[in-house]
Amino acid sequence: MTEIERLSFDVVVIGAGGAGLRAAIEARLHGKRTAVVCKSLFGKAHTVMAEGGAAAAMGNVNPRDNWKVHFQDTMRGGKFLNHWRMAELHAKEAPDRIWELETYGALFDRTPDGKISQRNFGGHQYPRLAHVGDRTGLELIRTLQQKVVALQQEDDANPDSDGCIEVYAECTITEILLDEIGRVAGAFGYRRESGQFVLFQAPAVVLATGGIGKSYKVTSNSWEYTGDGHALALRAGASLVNMEFVQFHPTGMVWPPSVKGILVTESVRGDGGVLLNSEGRRFMFDYVPDVFRSQYAETEEEADRWYDDPDNNRRPPELLPRDEVARAINAEVKAGRGSPHGGVFLDVSTRMPAEVIRRRLPSMYHQFKELADVDITAEPMEVGPTCHYVMGGVDVDPDSTAASVPGLFAAGEVAGGMHGSNRLGGNSLSDLLVFGRRAGAAAAAYHSSVVGDLPQVPESAVAAAVETALAPFATESGENPYALQQELQQVMNDLVGIIRRADELEQALVRLAELKERAKKVSVTGGRRYNPAWHLALDLRNMLLVSECVARAALERKESRGGHTRDDYPDMDPAWRRINLVCSLRGDTVVVEHRPLPAMPVELLRLFDIEELRKYMTEEELAVLESDMTESAIGQSGVEAGAEFGAGRSGSTADGKEGTSR
Amino acid sequence: MSTMRDFRIWRGDETGGALVDYQVEVNEGEVVLDVIHRLQATQAPDLAVRWNCKAGKCGSCSAEINGKPRLMCMTRMSVFAPDETVTVTPLRTFPVIRDLVTDVSYNYEKARQIPAFAPPPDLRPGEYRMMQVDVERSQEFRKCIECFLCQNTCHVTRDHEENKRVFAGPRLFIRAAELDMHPLDTRKDRKEFAQAEQGLGYCNITKCCTEVCPEHIKITDNGIIPMKERVVDRRYDPLVWLGSKIFRRRS
Amino acid sequence: MTTTATGTEVRSRAKITARTLRTDRWWLAPLLTVLGLLAFVVYATIRAFMGRYYWVDDYHYLTPFYSPCMSQSCIPEAAHFGRPLPEFPGFIPLAVISLPFLLAFRLTCYYYRRAYYRSFWLSPPACAVAEPHAKYTGETRFPLVLQNFHRYFFYAALIISLINTYDALLAFNTADGFGIGLGNLILLGNVLLLWAYTLSCHSCRHIVGGRLRHFSRHPVRYWAWTQVSKLNARHMQFAWITLGTLVLTDAYVMAVSAEWFSDLRFYN
Repeated sequence: MTEIERLSFDVVVIGAGGAGLRAAIEARLHGKRTAVVCKSLFGKAHTVMAEGGAAAAMGNVNPRDNWKVHFQDTMRGGKFLNHWRMAELHAKEAPDRIWELETYGALFDRTPDGKISQRNFGGHQYPRLAHVGDRTGLELIRTLQQKVVALQQEDDANPDSDGCIEVYAECTITEILLDEIGRVAGAFGYRRESGQFVLFQAPAVVLATGGIGKSYKVTSNSWEYTGDGHALALRAGASLVNMEFVQFHPTGMVWPPSVKGILVTESVRGDGGVLLNSEGRRFMFDYVPDVFRSQYAETEEEADRWYDDPDNNRRPPELLPRDEVARAINAEVKAGRGSPHGGVFLDVSTRMPAEVIRRRLPSMYHQFKELADVDITAEPMEVGPTCHYVMGGVDVDPDSTAASVPGLFAAGEVAGGMHGSNRLGGNSLSDLLVFGRRAGAAAAAYHSSVVGDLPQVPESAVAAAVETALAPFATESGENPYALQQELQQVMNDLVGIIRRADELEQALVRLAELKERAKKVSVTGGRRYNPAWHLALDLRNMLLVSECVARAALERKESRGGHTRDDYPDMDPAWRRINLVCSLRGDTVVVEHRPLPAMPVELLRLFDIEELRKYMTEEELAVLESDMTESAIGQSGVEAGAEFGAGRSGSTADGKEGTSR
Repeated sequence: MSTMRDFRIWRGDETGGALVDYQVEVNEGEVVLDVIHRLQATQAPDLAVRWNCKAGKCGSCSAEINGKPRLMCMTRMSVFAPDETVTVTPLRTFPVIRDLVTDVSYNYEKARQIPAFAPPPDLRPGEYRMMQVDVERSQEFRKCIECFLCQNTCHVTRDHEENKRVFAGPRLFIRAAELDMHPLDTRKDRKEFAQAEQGLGYCNITKCCTEVCPEHIKITDNGIIPMKERVVDRRYDPLVWLGSKIFRRRS
Repeated sequence: MTTTATGTEVRSRAKITARTLRTDRWWLAPLLTVLGLLAFVVYATIRAFMGRYYWVDDYHYLTPFYSPCMSQSCIPEAAHFGRPLPEFPGFIPLAVISLPFLLAFRLTCYYYRRAYYRSFWLSPPACAVAEPHAKYTGETRFPLVLQNFHRYFFYAALIISLINTYDALLAFNTADGFGIGLGNLILLGNVLLLWAYTLSCHSCRHIVGGRLRHFSRHPVRYWAWTQVSKLNARHMQFAWITLGTLVLTDAYVMAVSAEWFSDLRFYN
């Protein structure tokens, strides 16, 4: 049989982005022998691409900010489809996670009094994003990477200590292996460098693999984003939630073709950039939806005043949540008011002096200068929507991040629920930290609970994984994986893109089924050592599976909400708000089921104005709510106090329960 | 608008290899990495290349293009003459794995030797106060995307493999500078470490690291030279030296 | 790979025999550096040992190559600081007090080090071009470890710059009282640029404020550091410009002194 490297750990984290590294650090701090496995080199994960910042209600710039406002913004941004508990945990714990980074050595931009500076961003009522210029993701990943190294140095100094943290870079996991009774027993994969197989035996596996963007043609995501974690979870028997919601970032580069999709950070708009159509009109004023009408400026004058005086003016509509802006741009282009290369104009050159632009947006300045030969201090950028983030992901328990399969955890983009139907900018980096830490702690706790009865990997499962992995070499003169990937990207872009229709989605499913068949006959030449064609052939399987989930769920949800817009069902339907679509795998088939959305407790509902809730909820819900609210108005006490406390430092939750326990 | 261009790409592994000629289609606005991808998809499916973000942010696709260390994703085809052959080779300083992919573990090993950030023990999370002017110098170094082009181009190890033992390289010198300039770092021995353990003295400030840095970090002027001067403060200041001699004699 | 190499094989680099694959004219910059520095050294050597044409008595012009002139061999009027030193034989330059320090200041300068390591020592001749040496120890050993004394030569250069400034100011006071000629402007311009070169020095930048950990607690030094940093960004330019102005200034004084042509006078 093929030679396999066998390693044994307490916790294995798949993915070394923000969530993965934070999870691994936490598991190691709990004294566990921890491995981080990642497809790229250590420190190259997609998190480096995050530009704007990490949202946390620290109130450093506007002291009125607190976790409740952040929670409200998150729920609103997600059109109330978020798992309330995740949004709550996230809003409460984000400040602690940011402050913690400073103890690891992070250097955020500062306020005049020396605190962490915070910037405005779409959908956030107050300046909330901790940032470092426009390279916050890089700061985050470097900080966590250096913390991992610091822990490794501690391990080196104390060889007898229990815990350890090892990094397996350029190593791809192809399968999660279960024991006889369906518990996670390990992870199987290969080292990209040598092509050698490796088996990580571990009772607890944390998925932190990020998103699925590489299934789309125009995307801001890197090659790694092939939906590995989503697919691994499905094949291991876990389910995915909210897969129909894919965020298209409104501002990606549109020209030249080779850089189409590369992100133009939202901070460009947060710092004063405006969107213009070919007629020079600030068209976003025409696209403020009713649910947001009261919070956004109606005139350019008011919008411009807001940058200096946010307390007395309403924010510019350029800062609406991403789904709204992306749809508006899409509509302008379709109406023939687009820019020469099929986007719209994003202008900072007339809004700020060149010097300020270069200082506040250095990487954008360089990106356009070097890739498009455009000087953003002198001329407008051309931008258009680009596939950016998948809101859907592994269905997890909010407190522990545990999936339905014992021993499987998921955090970060690969986990679903937190962002509902649309993620606010800046909520991703804080999501990574909050739930990364929770995943690491829960995985460590889980390991402790099974340490007397560790699951064993069945040899038959290993053999099957080897066979699947080697299949592309066995096929002769079959399909070219690169060609298949391009076809898949085209299908997803054209038929499951930003605006969807039933007939197109049905067509997409047919095409995906064809591609799935053809993918079985993919063949690769050459050896196993660093063979990108082989790597792609194996990734393709995951991309196809996840794409099918997206298409099926998108066909099922007959309304428009957040990152899911149906041409044939253009309105938001309160009845659909109560439903989560859950994908799972039965044999080889993706099954989509309806499940009621977990109901938000009344004390959190009370944070919202009833008039606002009226826009999202069914009559039935509102009737119950109105009676509930009158009741609880009489006897609410501890909740508010506990909530206030949570806004400060501790990880305590609304019902007073601590941290990571389930 | 597409044209056919001549490419020469180094194919092989540690047992040997050679420059292989390719003719490949190139479109307007493309970068070298686009062309490499087209080669993979059409002519050389197993051509090994390391890349990630394709936006100059992750520092994975480092290679040598016409002999110059560069990021493939940030090298526009328009910088070459239409009839110019573009030669792409792996980073020369590191062991080759296959084709354009090299083993860069040297850099990670050196990174693991630098003492980590040492925060003040009495400050709790959330209590850190730092002024913008005090963090700016270190922030410049934290722009580093770890593409290791500086490590690759530095002649100290590029031309002298044996120096890898004693020399940490520009990337790690700016890491040392970053920590030594961090407003809240409490370690006092970073200069000594840079001199004794990192081999700061091997650097003869010929500035190639700065020249190739895709993030335009002033590695030499803002990182290495200030570190050298800080070492001078401790080691070569005759007054300090005299003081220590006298002090030692007395004790 | 980061932490656990499988480690069964000893890896080697890609076997590429070419010394460089660069296709541009990478040899041009080191060549120009060699020519430029050699030209200066030749000129400066000849002039330093010439022993005459360094003083224009009519207008009190003193070339910086002979300042301060403190030997009994000096023209008494040119000796602004007296003549405490005995008569020098011909092989000792009259400005023997300052020249070694100026030479050392430039020799240990971070810019000139880069320039001559690259162009004379070919270590390396250009980026990504292999150097010809089999071994390399950089500035870790004698004599190159002495480069670390740059700072003390900087202090000396500061004093010499003051002397040059004094010389240039004295030149406004001619035998017939206050006067201005082209020579004055050249002397003054040279001194200003010498200051720019001296103050833009990396050691200066460090001493002025670079060594601080907290700029916010030393606003004045931080301000000074930002100013020096601006100059420092042009240190290379100043290094070359001042070589040029030194030669120009000296040549002008020599020409007027030797009466090859007369000074262009604007006033008196």
